[in-house]
Amino acid sequence: MSREQLVVQQARKSFLTGKTKPLEFRIHQLKSLLRFISERRGDITYAVKRDLGKSEKGTELFETLGLEGEIELAVEKLAEWAAPRPVEKNFLTITDEVYVQPEPLGVVLIIGAWNYPWAITLQPLVGAIAAGNAAVIKPSEVSSHSAKVMEELLHKYLDKDLYPVVTGGVAETQELLRQRFDHVFYTGNSTVGRLVMEAAARHLTPVTLELGGKSPCYIDKSCDISVACRRITWGKFVNCGQTCIAPDYILCEPSIQSRVVEEIKKSIKEFYTENPKTFEDYGRIINQRHFKRVMALMEGSTVAAGGDSDESQCYIEPTVLQDVTGESKVMKEEIFGPLLPIITVSGVDEAVQFINEREKPLVVYVFSHNNKLIKRVIAETSSGALLANDCLVHFTVSALPFGGVGNSGMGCYHGRHSFDQLSHLRSCLIKQLKMEGVNSMRYPPHTAKKLGWARFFLLNRVNVCGLQRIAMLAMLAGLAAFVVQRFLR
Amino acid sequence: MDTQSEVVSRLRSVFASGVTIPEEFRRAQLTKLMSMMKENQELIVKALHQDLSKPKFEAVLSEVQIVINDLRYTINNFSSWMNPEYVGKNLATKLDTCFVRREPLGVVLIIGAWNYPVQLLLLPLIGAIAAGNCVVIKPSEVSAATDSLIAELIPKYLSQDCYAVVRGGAEETKSLLQNRFDHIFYTGSQTVARSILQAASVHLTPVTLELGGKCPCLIYGRIDIPAAARRLVWSKFFNAGQSCVAPDYVLCSPAIRDALLPVIQQTLEDFYGKDPKSCPDLSRIVSPRHWTRLVELLGKTDGKVVIGGESREEDKYMAPTVVTDVTEDDALMKEEIFGPILPILTVDSLQEGISFINRQESPLALYVFSDESHIVNKVLENTKSGGFCSNDGIVHMTLPTLPFGGIGASGCGQYHGHYSFETFSHRRGCMLRGWALERLNTLRYPPYTDSKLSWLIWSTSSESTCSLM
Repeated sequence: MSREQLVVQQARKSFLTGKTKPLEFRIHQLKSLLRFISERRGDITYAVKRDLGKSEKGTELFETLGLEGEIELAVEKLAEWAAPRPVEKNFLTITDEVYVQPEPLGVVLIIGAWNYPWAITLQPLVGAIAAGNAAVIKPSEVSSHSAKVMEELLHKYLDKDLYPVVTGGVAETQELLRQRFDHVFYTGNSTVGRLVMEAAARHLTPVTLELGGKSPCYIDKSCDISVACRRITWGKFVNCGQTCIAPDYILCEPSIQSRVVEEIKKSIKEFYTENPKTFEDYGRIINQRHFKRVMALMEGSTVAAGGDSDESQCYIEPTVLQDVTGESKVMKEEIFGPLLPIITVSGVDEAVQFINEREKPLVVYVFSHNNKLIKRVIAETSSGALLANDCLVHFTVSALPFGGVGNSGMGCYHGRHSFDQLSHLRSCLIKQLKMEGVNSMRYPPHTAKKLGWARFFLLNRVNVCGLQRIAMLAMLAGLAAFVVQRFLR
Repeated sequence: MDTQSEVVSRLRSVFASGVTIPEEFRRAQLTKLMSMMKENQELIVKALHQDLSKPKFEAVLSEVQIVINDLRYTINNFSSWMNPEYVGKNLATKLDTCFVRREPLGVVLIIGAWNYPVQLLLLPLIGAIAAGNCVVIKPSEVSAATDSLIAELIPKYLSQDCYAVVRGGAEETKSLLQNRFDHIFYTGSQTVARSILQAASVHLTPVTLELGGKCPCLIYGRIDIPAAARRLVWSKFFNAGQSCVAPDYVLCSPAIRDALLPVIQQTLEDFYGKDPKSCPDLSRIVSPRHWTRLVELLGKTDGKVVIGGESREEDKYMAPTVVTDVTEDDALMKEEIFGPILPILTVDSLQEGISFINRQESPLALYVFSDESHIVNKVLENTKSGGFCSNDGIVHMTLPTLPFGGIGASGCGQYHGHYSFETFSHRRGCMLRGWALERLNTLRYPPYTDSKLSWLIWSTSSESTCSLM
């Protein structure tokens, strides 16, 4: 039996003991996870520094801050999320209990990504724990230092049987995917996403896929270009462009292109100084392979700003490319690096057309003062999410479902959505064996009269909330009394 | 005649034109669908009778009325479902507008089944239309008369540009799946579901799978035997047992079994008379192939046939049959029965019954009959199933407000009513930020400092959703 098989078996065995059912247990695990983050902050930031060259504050801002928020929210709201959810009834079920009960799925597999190795791997875990599941955690081997720290330290805080960390590369991941899970939660690229879904198909396992794509960013020529470019610069070069929701490319009219370039240059200098290479708050590309990949994308495009690089450090300067076209090399795949191409379009019509010719992205960005224009972009495009006049920050609103559509993924999470995504919402109808008389209209032998009554009782939906319920019951009681009086005296 | 790819491609261009988006369009189509149901009830009942010898009563209730009911519910409510849903924010985003928008997915595929060929095809269709999609509709070829009727009626009532019926068998379905869809809704068997998932993974298409399984019926504790027997018999032999939520087998104590059997016998007589094969209220098996499967299955059991057991090939008739002395490894326990054979297995304790259930795959529905609520609760809390119903069978799926779907081997995803609409929608998170307060934004820009960080932590925490606003 392989290591992976054993781990999954152990997790299932542990889950079947029922210990994750009580909310107190789940809250305790979530609070331990919170403690892990605050007590081991040093280990976490050190690992991320070595993986991605990210500064300590950068890690706190982009990895652990959001995670802590999610845990605190889950702890606060768990009782509400996990409570039975009553539904509207019909006449026939008027005296029955009818509700939806959220229940755990079982054993969940979480496959993390390397760009935000902590946030992306552990945020789904928060949902998994809150929903009462066991979860096998497979951090990305590409962010190897973070994976190692997770493997070494997480079990000191969380139940090691229920939430084991399994490290390894492609072979280990494939072996994991051969096991049967009740849900697989994958963050990464579409190619592997397809393979994950295919592997899960063997066991009829549902999946959540948080993939990527090229998130377009349209700048309306009459907006405040200075502010727009600051926000876009920030969104693009955080984590050296290695963010699934980074603005991948800019669409704008030719008349503002040079202004856009100037403003971005200004912002780059403001954020990362004249020499980003030596600046602590500017990161690095994760490894040589991706470094080479990103550098190759520049081929054939005009560098308007930046362009400098250092292979030994996997350093690429914040770079802007201008007069890019749809056919350019940089437009052939998700950049996932610090190259910001600008493509000129004649206006919002062409921009929308350009966006719709391509796969649905994780997010569409639009910068404009004109609400009508923004509404048009919303109505005429499709994407995981849409953010107007800023970048990235929709990620922080946990009430918004975070996920893709089409090639950018399926399913969503954050906040309560994580809980719902990793729960089974079980329909419950609790009836009594009484009132059999009412049932008799549905039994054979069938008559036309019975059919008429059955149609009315069985299938008329009734809104039985509050006052209406009282009124309805009073009416029925009155009717019953009338019938009794009239026919049974 | 268009090829399948041409059909899909045509629907895709129509969708891109935006014609299915406006509320008026969707309402008009749903209203036409309603007319289709109301004006053709006779034809529908006739086709169902041809396919399954379905009694008019069953056809009207479980095929026509249930669709009309869901249509009415959807027509009355989908407008509000389409509205943007405004959501809570944190302090840093207080002045922004955050909402979730329900958007159509695009071109979706609905594959129906043969046991409730109208309901299982049209209930998802209601959601798909209400959500603004174009739809390829693939009825089951096994229920041939209904397949024909649907292919004739849908283009007569619904927009032929936006909704296309594609017919055929396994080969045609396989090639249909080569096309790219934005969602696939499948009702049927696990085996086919696997190949659908494989095909869907190529295009990263999300799927809803409504599968089956063996729905257990646990009868325990103090119990009103006559009432329980009637409800059990009704839900088991409705549509001759060919319901994905029919109670597949019974688990009870020997004493309850002994008390139940004569009452089941009497109830069967009350319902179907002394000669069930001449009773118009009992359906037939859908095809010779399925009839043979059931007859062979019954032949393989090591249990004792105590009621029924007869069958007649010429009209695919099988008598309501009860088998006792069935054990866990009996042939009857190896696959979903999907026919009028009711095995009764005995257990000596409630815990034994629960453990038995948990050793099997998670079913689509789980039933418990008992007058003791603590027993009902114990089973509910210690088992897993798509849906749960105590002291009755099937009826939980008639409420459009309850999500209907499986878990594990019984499927993934849910539908009916609002849930159908959500199944065929994309929930797009939208955030419209203001231009002001750029000064506030500087908190997040590099160079990073400790004080900036503390301010950010405070302003984005959930506690800072303060009562000021």
